[in-house]
Amino acid sequence: MTVTPASAATTTATATATTAAPASLAQVVRRHGARADALIEVLHQVQELHGYLPPEALREVATLMRLPLSRVYGVASFYHLFRLEPPTAHRCAVCLGTACFVRGGAQLARRLESRLGVELDDPAGNGTWAVQHVSCLGACGQAPVVVVDGVLVTKLPVDQPEELEERLDAAGLPRPATA
Amino acid sequence: MSVVTLRVNGQEVAVPAGASLLEAARAAGVELPTLCHLEGLTPVGACRLCLVAPEAGGRLLPACATEAAEGMAIRTDTEELQRYRRMAVELFFAEGNHVCAFCVANGDCELQDVAVAVGMDHSRFPYRYPHRHVDASHPQFALDHHRCILCTRCVRVCDEIEGAHVWDVAMRGSQCTIIAGLDEPWGDVEACTSCGKCVDVCPTGALFRKEDTTAEKHPHAERAELLRRAREQHQWSNQ
Amino acid sequence: MPVPQPESPARQLRCCGASGCRSAGGDALLAALRTACDADATEGLTIKPVGCLRLCGRGPLVACDGPEGTRLYGAVPPERAADLLAAAREQGAEAGGARAALESHRLDLEHPFFRLQRPVVLETCGQVDPESIDDALAHGAYGQLRRVLAELTPKQVRDEVRRSGLRGRGGAGYPTGLKWDTVALQPPGPRTVVCNADEGDPGAFMDRSVLESDPHRLIEGMAIAAYAVGADRGYVYVRAEYPLAIERLRLALQQARRKGVLGRGIFGSDFSLTIEVRVGAGAYVCGEETALLLSIQGQRGMPRPRPPYPAQSGLWGAPTLINNVETFSAVPAILREGGDWYAAMGTEGSRGTKVFALSGAVRHTGLVEVPMGMPLRTVVEEMGGGVPDGSAVKAVQTGGPSGGCIPEERLDTPVDYESLLQLGSMMGSGGMVVMGETTSMPVVARHFMRFSVNESCGKCVPCRAGTVQLAELLDRFVEHRAEAADLERLEELCGMVRATSLCGLGQAAPNPVLSTLRWFRHEYEAALREPSHCEPPDTCTVGPDGETRGYAP
Ligand SMILES: Cc1cc2nc3c(=O)[nH]c(=O)nc-3n(C[C@H](O)[C@H](O)[C@H](O)COP(=O)(O)O)c2cc1C
Ligand code: SF4
Ligand code: SF4
Ligand code: FES
Ligand code: FES
Repeated sequence: MTVTPASAATTTATATATTAAPASLAQVVRRHGARADALIEVLHQVQELHGYLPPEALREVATLMRLPLSRVYGVASFYHLFRLEPPTAHRCAVCLGTACFVRGGAQLARRLESRLGVELDDPAGNGTWAVQHVSCLGACGQAPVVVVDGVLVTKLPVDQPEELEERLDAAGLPRPATA
Repeated sequence: MSVVTLRVNGQEVAVPAGASLLEAARAAGVELPTLCHLEGLTPVGACRLCLVAPEAGGRLLPACATEAAEGMAIRTDTEELQRYRRMAVELFFAEGNHVCAFCVANGDCELQDVAVAVGMDHSRFPYRYPHRHVDASHPQFALDHHRCILCTRCVRVCDEIEGAHVWDVAMRGSQCTIIAGLDEPWGDVEACTSCGKCVDVCPTGALFRKEDTTAEKHPHAERAELLRRAREQHQWSNQ
Repeated sequence: MPVPQPESPARQLRCCGASGCRSAGGDALLAALRTACDADATEGLTIKPVGCLRLCGRGPLVACDGPEGTRLYGAVPPERAADLLAAAREQGAEAGGARAALESHRLDLEHPFFRLQRPVVLETCGQVDPESIDDALAHGAYGQLRRVLAELTPKQVRDEVRRSGLRGRGGAGYPTGLKWDTVALQPPGPRTVVCNADEGDPGAFMDRSVLESDPHRLIEGMAIAAYAVGADRGYVYVRAEYPLAIERLRLALQQARRKGVLGRGIFGSDFSLTIEVRVGAGAYVCGEETALLLSIQGQRGMPRPRPPYPAQSGLWGAPTLINNVETFSAVPAILREGGDWYAAMGTEGSRGTKVFALSGAVRHTGLVEVPMGMPLRTVVEEMGGGVPDGSAVKAVQTGGPSGGCIPEERLDTPVDYESLLQLGSMMGSGGMVVMGETTSMPVVARHFMRFSVNESCGKCVPCRAGTVQLAELLDRFVEHRAEAADLERLEELCGMVRATSLCGLGQAAPNPVLSTLRWFRHEYEAALREPSHCEPPDTCTVGPDGETRGYAP
């Protein structure tokens, strides 16, 4: 399967690592020579390591990079791709950019909410799945799009409910348990 | 020292090179409303109250964060600027939870003063009643987020003057909030020296001393400048 | 120095490997083609992964080259691999049969979508293998850098760029030559070049396509710029949402270093340059130049007031040149053909060509590069083929969240910086989203305002609090509970946010509202509720005496 645009749900794991994945946070920091300007890069890699940015890790980053704690937290919370809470096992991102919006992105988002029993942009989701919105993945030519666990799914037929459900099945999104 | 000359509301003034438009306005005897700016701290140009209009046209300029240039001509009090300032203050009031009657800073609050100065007596924008909290974990001081206007004076004074960098801004947009450490209770942050400078420079009743109750807070916003002058120019004022 | 040209049309299949086509099944198709090709050991037929072939909405796209010309196929499933191979071979019964079988996938290269394009930035996009520097070199990459270093002074380079009339493609359209001069003429000291590849406008995917399709063109443009302004350090700031672009750019930089195109003493000159990639983390505002610089420095991307401009004081206080991906990528062709050649295309105030990303309610979605000044109608109706169900176009949105909606009756406007501004929109980075009759304009305005609320950095009050109030006012229109006073408040607050916000995000956030108010005011008026149902407006007081508004007791 194609693994393409990262999203709020997938981040840049594959794109950020230049060499073999480091085993520890200290290694990550050492690789950047503790330069203050490497903070964002370091946070990307810490998130790759843990799946999110746990407070202990942020504290360690601050200590190793000799940066104020509040500065590290300020940066981590500014950028929406950094997660401060542990992620759910599965994640889905729905594009609400303009092209997707014109092609029914909002209806799609509502469909996903009811299908998975989650609220859009609630990181806790239903415990297993969470749905977040993103504002354009640069796949506007194939709108509307969603990303399911890192896989981009395009040209979803919002006007044809049955076909839509089938495409969502195929993308690995579970149907409501009661069905 | 080289000097630049410019015109403020038609009046010629001369200020040292490197001076801000705010200083130039003051030299011309014109007081501009300010909230985020504080002498002694790096200007950020965030509150937009000190905006002035270049006579040559073009975008409005934050006087606090713009260097005066030779031959410049600015207006500080056009009808438009007055309208914008009033709306900015309305937005500040609508954004937080400001109940002046119960506030420690009532009567000695820069936000209140600015509201009077710009003639803002009610907000036409609905109050948002945000859910915020009060951090009373520090033994001497407290931070009531309801009253915070995000001017970042506390962040800057702690970083630039005290050097402790306890505070920073977290999140973004309307979710922005002042945090201590890793968004921890202030009292748990070891970096805090309890010097109280943030409380001294806070323009509202957000940061206060626990012993103060309604209308008892009397800030010392001038401390930032006095300390900077002492540190950099070795001039002490002994207040 | 002559530009090396690829040798005469070989038989080859060019498969789009940019992310649009990959997600439509391009990877599977490429794999199937390779397997089929190995199986029948076809002589003299190459299968080449390339970048964007333009018509992204019909992916995966495959171009089939041969002495008899090029045929383009779209939406090709992997099962059709064998047919494609047969069709690509010499003429013959088998080839004829395969071509007939593929006829329903064939795309007409004479369609205005392709015919009216004027590729300059995209001249080798879809031709070169984006992962091979050797292929890029065979298509002339770095030829101009080599020539410039050997033959021209930095000032001559800047003069050529100034003569071309090139303006910034990142949104504001600042004259590129002038910006380069400003950086070059700063007091002596280190300088930096930065490429803005943050492409955050929803509906824009031009920069992504350049990065994924032809990264060496960008690197060459940046290197020429660095030479012209005296920089020895460069950064490309790419948004994290573009992993394939990041991967290919990193690979291209690595290859360029290995070939000595980057590094110390490039091409035997005394010019040195290193370029690093910096990846964003999901903040639209980091496309704003001062925020972008702070983000490169590892901080919160909060804009600061300008002046001083980055050209005077940028990264770590040094003069810094910031240009967009497309701006840099136009430079090699400008130097090869001359500034006058470039300036001869386009209009008086907007020279050259511009890449647009066409999407939304339009039949043909994808990338088009056209001369500036082409009427919007030509782009949307002729090239784009209009709304898929044949109904009328209602409006075209340009400029993303900073732009506006241009109504159908103004589609004859030429696309250039000034004309779009006059219509209350802007060029922006080049996204064009077509809207059909069913799209409600107050809903569109709210869509953009919510975007701005989400993306505001929160530093200055007009944007942080003003956009929230604007979004709430727009809710009232969308939900048909607005009153006449709301319309007044909406307009007044738009004016204030626009005039007083610190950076371009806040300053432009009201544009979608103002432009829809201008062209579709009746939709707002129709959303007002009956006067008899109105509630008294919110009025509360706050005074110096402590007599304040009613805070919920
Ligand atoms: C909110 C905001 C977002 C922006 N986003 C981008 C962007 O994604 N890409 C870009 O090239 N320029 C963007 N810009 C414009 C840049 O600030 C800057 O003007 C541009 O990169 C300069 O390059 P140019 O002269 O080549 O256009 C943005 C500006 C603002 C205010
Ligand atoms: S706590 Fe006070 S000083 Fe700090 S940002 Fe808020 S209002 Fe300003
Ligand atoms: S206009 Fe918006 S994004 Fe720009 S500085 Fe102000 S709050 Fe930040
Ligand atoms: S608008 Fe959804 S991918 Fe661009
Ligand atoms: S005092 Fe100048 S912007 Fe706040």
